[in-house]
Amino acid sequence: MIRVHNLTKNYGNLRAVDNISFELEKGDVLGFLGPNGAGKTTTMRIITGYMPPTKGSVRIEDVDIFDHPLKAKKQIGYLPENPPLYNDMNVEEYLDFVADIKMVPSKEKKGRILYVMDKCGITSVSKRIIAHLSKGYKQRVGIAQALINNPSVLVLDEPTNGLDPVQIIEIRELIKSLAGERTIILSTHILPEVTMICSRVIIINEGRIALEESLESLSLNLKSSESLYLKLRRNGDDVKEKIESIENISKVNMSAPGEYVIVPSNGSDVREELTSMAVKYNWGLLELRPLIHTLEEVFLKVISSEG
Amino acid sequence: MNSIYPILKREFKSYFASPLAYIIIVVFQGISAWFFFLYLKGFLHIQLDPGFQLQRGELNLNNLVLAPYFGTITLVLLIIIPLITMRLLADERKSYTAELLFTSPIKLRTIILGKYLAAVILLIIMLTLSSINVFVLMVHGNPDIGAIMSGYIGLFLLGASFLAIGLFASSLTDNQLIAAVISFGVLLVLWLVGAMSPVDGSILGYISVINHFEPFGKGIIGIKDLVYYGSLIYLGLFLAHTALESERWR
Ligand SMILES: Nc1ncnc2c1ncn2[C@@H]1O[C@H](COP(=O)(O)OP(=O)(O)OP(=O)(O)O)[C@@H](O)[C@H]1O
Ligand SMILES: [Mg+2]
Repeated sequence: MIRVHNLTKNYGNLRAVDNISFELEKGDVLGFLGPNGAGKTTTMRIITGYMPPTKGSVRIEDVDIFDHPLKAKKQIGYLPENPPLYNDMNVEEYLDFVADIKMVPSKEKKGRILYVMDKCGITSVSKRIIAHLSKGYKQRVGIAQALINNPSVLVLDEPTNGLDPVQIIEIRELIKSLAGERTIILSTHILPEVTMICSRVIIINEGRIALEESLESLSLNLKSSESLYLKLRRNGDDVKEKIESIENISKVNMSAPGEYVIVPSNGSDVREELTSMAVKYNWGLLELRPLIHTLEEVFLKVISSEG
Repeated sequence: MNSIYPILKREFKSYFASPLAYIIIVVFQGISAWFFFLYLKGFLHIQLDPGFQLQRGELNLNNLVLAPYFGTITLVLLIIIPLITMRLLADERKSYTAELLFTSPIKLRTIILGKYLAAVILLIIMLTLSSINVFVLMVHGNPDIGAIMSGYIGLFLLGASFLAIGLFASSLTDNQLIAAVISFGVLLVLWLVGAMSPVDGSILGYISVINHFEPFGKGIIGIKDLVYYGSLIYLGLFLAHTALESERWR
């Protein structure tokens, strides 16, 4: 469980995070989206107790991270934006060290190390010096490190950054499988990732929450606004009028000469009527396809309407 | 406080993961042995010269070998200790591991103390190795064992203070070289203020790191000097703590 209340962070004159609040329960996976410099990393650093906020509070499993940092930090696993690795250690030594400072009981330590190495696919490099690992393997060691204390709250700053496609899928599966008993926040620039693993999404822009929604309601919204794209060879003055005359059409926009975006009224399918009309008036139908709003488009819309 | 051990262990091992620690130990050992035998040779020369017979009382082992030897070691420490401390905290930033340490359920002071103690152990190793030189004296005469002991206690305290100041310098930057230069600069100033103080008992004279060392070389362990070095160590660690804490509050 994470409760973030009115979080604000100023770096000198720059307000990196501006009055952000949200609450997550066990089982939630929150996707944290936003353009570069939006304040994602800053928010995550505050949540994990790395730095204090200028204003506001954070509670981890009902423990305030700044009043009782040691108690709260025991519950957290954190993958920073850059994996925090000691280059001169080998993978196993490193995980052993992290287990020690995360207060993993010595009886469980060996088992946890083997478990996270297996989960993150780094067993084969366990004796390699970290400095010699490839970027993707370093990232995996970073994820392994975040899981070592079996945390109930996981904060992952761009977890799939630098991984190959196969590993990306594996790590997504891993995150999904970890979800049930935990509360997870992850930031990412890969928008489909959010649709795949998150149950909720927050888009932040210039330090403020621009959109907060559960993924179900988000995808409902995306569907309902499904519109059509129509491209004609021969454009005429009356085309727009004629299309508007079709039943169940709520809006027609000409985006370029001969190109139209048609918004049908809720849920109705007007493709058949459109094709026969195009044939009838000999408009020269070149293209007709649904314009599905992707998360990308929502993202861009939200971000640009903010500025 | 349990977690001080993993911090210390990692830090100490990482000294020996690169050639730096070995080079530092060899150079330190080499220079101190070189100068030791230089002073010893001078001493033996004088002893054989009948012209000096009259002043034999003054020209003993302590004054001609031990005192200059300790003096040389203090100077070598001044140069070498910034190299030992430079990466202690600066490197944690560079490798982003500061974020791991500061989000772990350990206190900042445990981190600082663990790192400091790792460096102190390296210092102890260096001083212990260099004490082999002094055993040679046992063969050539009967040196003042008390003065040797107190001299080494003094060297340890002086070195430990330098380490604390170096650790503070390392807390200010993510650049090892800058950390080394800052600590060398601060140590040099603390060293030179002694020479600038005209009268004994002035403030500047009290601040001087080297003025407080002299009694140890003569076999005197004074409370005032212990307090001085103790305070310097505390101050260095305290300032490092403050620097790291305040950085994140900005
Ligand atoms: N230590 C710092 N000192 C001053 N300004 C900072 C600091 N860290 C971040 N900022 C600024 O705060 C703002 C938010 O940065 P943050 O790193 O949180 O963004 P982000 O959403 O994680 O971006 P990205 O997607 O690029 O990782 C940026 O304008 C950044 O320049
Ligand atoms: Mg970021």
